[in-house]
Amino acid sequence: MLGRRQIREKWMLLVPAMAVLGVITLVPLVNTLWLSFTDARITAIVTPVKLIGLENYVYALTDPDFQEALWRTLYFTVVSVGLEVALGISIALLLNQEFRGRTLLRALIILPWAVPTIVNAVAWRLIYHPDYGALNSLLFQLGFISSYQSWIGSTQLALNMVILADVWKNFPLVVYVALAALQTVPGELLKAAAIEGAGPWKRFRAITLPWIAGPLLVVIVLRTIEAFRVFDIVYVMTGGGPADSTKTASFYVYQEYFNYLRSGSGASYAVLVAGISAVLILAYYAAARRQDQGSRA
Amino acid sequence: MRRLLILGTAAAALLMNSAAFAETTLNALFMSQAAYSEADIKAMTADFEKANPGVKVALEFVPYEALHDKIVAASGAGADGYDVVLFDVIWPAEFATRGFLTDVTDKIPADATAKIFDGAWTTVEYDGKRYGMPWILDTKYLFYNEDMLKQAGIANPPKTWAELATQAKAIKDKGIVQYPLVWSWSQAEAMICDFTTLTAANGGAFFEEGQPVFASGGARDALAYMKQTLDDGLTNPASREYLEEDVRRVFSNGEAAFALNWTYMNAMANDPAESKVAGKFKVTSAPGVDGKSVASGVNGSMGLGIPANSPHADEAWKYIAHLTDQSVQETYSKLSLPIWKASYDNPTVAEGQEDLITAAKQSIAVMYPRPLVPSYTEVSDILQKNLHKALLGEASVDEALTAAADRVKRIR
Repeated sequence: MLGRRQIREKWMLLVPAMAVLGVITLVPLVNTLWLSFTDARITAIVTPVKLIGLENYVYALTDPDFQEALWRTLYFTVVSVGLEVALGISIALLLNQEFRGRTLLRALIILPWAVPTIVNAVAWRLIYHPDYGALNSLLFQLGFISSYQSWIGSTQLALNMVILADVWKNFPLVVYVALAALQTVPGELLKAAAIEGAGPWKRFRAITLPWIAGPLLVVIVLRTIEAFRVFDIVYVMTGGGPADSTKTASFYVYQEYFNYLRSGSGASYAVLVAGISAVLILAYYAAARRQDQGSRA
Repeated sequence: MRRLLILGTAAAALLMNSAAFAETTLNALFMSQAAYSEADIKAMTADFEKANPGVKVALEFVPYEALHDKIVAASGAGADGYDVVLFDVIWPAEFATRGFLTDVTDKIPADATAKIFDGAWTTVEYDGKRYGMPWILDTKYLFYNEDMLKQAGIANPPKTWAELATQAKAIKDKGIVQYPLVWSWSQAEAMICDFTTLTAANGGAFFEEGQPVFASGGARDALAYMKQTLDDGLTNPASREYLEEDVRRVFSNGEAAFALNWTYMNAMANDPAESKVAGKFKVTSAPGVDGKSVASGVNGSMGLGIPANSPHADEAWKYIAHLTDQSVQETYSKLSLPIWKASYDNPTVAEGQEDLITAAKQSIAVMYPRPLVPSYTEVSDILQKNLHKALLGEASVDEALTAAADRVKRIR
């Protein structure tokens, strides 16, 4: 039992942190939720704001363009996080081996991640440039293409090219987390397994992967949240084009809010995007818990 | 104690000092591309500060694409927002209905109305009121590489868009250049400007009695023409990724025979440091269409306004009056042409750019406005997406325009 004094002390210590959290997350969140049920607009003229129920949500969800954008964003998230994780683990396994120059390579691999997103986006836009881009020049000189291609000017290619740029920038994060986790995998266990006749793939599946799954899950969740609300890299590289083929869900939040000045409607798009990423994250946790229980059983 | 006294005296001196030289700082927002260069604007501003002691101007330059959002976001910044902003011809309807800009109708001298082009005034007007002064009077002109035309045995630049396509074909067939035409057709406002020019040439319209009518008539013919030049291999296919600066680069590299672009390209493509075609090209009005028009143009002008939350409206107006002054505009008339009718008969303005002035006299008279509706930004986004689909061959011309018209009707 805590004494009354201890209870008071506990609250005195908790209140400042709660106040800060409340002001920077709870208030904006509640405000956004409230806005999403109104017809609020950005204006300098005082106008009454009306509650309109679910109208904003109905409008957003029945908009075929927004539906397409949701699928597109899901594709972006799955492919880009998937590639980052696959590439990240492979490179981490490599960097976990003993070889000359390992320290230098470990230091170098972080560089793409240290590049600001905007700079990365501008750089890749230049690499993909239809007239003097490095990618065209490289592939042309190697004989892979017979004429210069329009990489981010084609509706079939553009989103994949943006994903490539995103993967290049973000895979080092996965490498670092995986590498740190790999160093905790007990060597004896792997040796014992090898003696028992387990091949490299079996050892990876049965020992290494479960061992690093926890930290990996954290980085996957982080990257999924970021990938699902992707905006900056797309905005700079393609502006959502060609013909909307790279327009992700976050574009609608920005567009409704800043371009069309409908703050109520913009808030409803924001709630939808945040809600869907919450569902994705819960799904990850559920999967992780199942796996955890499975491995203990 | 002594130290305190000294501090006190210093503080008092500082206070008096600031009272004696009460300085107003105006925050002004400009764009960093096309029209007047940053250097030009800085020079004009320095002259203004010299003539108005006590008033300083803090300049901010942003890309055109960021201008709208900056103005909107700063409208909630109270006294810390902007005092002078550059705004595009397509925004006054929206800004006026939202109360972002100060109504300056009464500040404009009565005799200015007749001295300035009507097209320039459209830039700042909504519902009979004026929300700023026109500053950049601009439309898209046709630039043509004279050397290439001569090589193909063509004596005169095209008078109609059909003739332009024929000449382009002749140039292509002779192997002079792979793609004779270059445009700014990326999914952006720049594409709508080219589309508007062609719509105007074909006698088309965007809206009639509040309803979209661009799925038929002149607007349809405009898009069909754009698509045809791509299908015929006359237009550089990368145009669908280009903005105005790309058009300037391609034309300046001698990789196109014809290009549609704003005034500023004339001076820049004539600068040997920036261009391989300096002195080898000419500028004229964008062509017309037989039986419908003799020339065409889009109103691409921009104005200077005072945001409603500016605490320095009087000083801001003085600054705007200086920038839009006839003699100031005539001094800096190489990258952007004046709004004043009389300037076009001033030999110093015409000097070295005679063909541009001749073209301007014709183009300014015919320049066509983009839809003057408060939801313009949304209308434009819808058009951009659907025109792009047609140009990329993912929808037919009719499908694209019908889809756009249907979507425009859904705007709230």
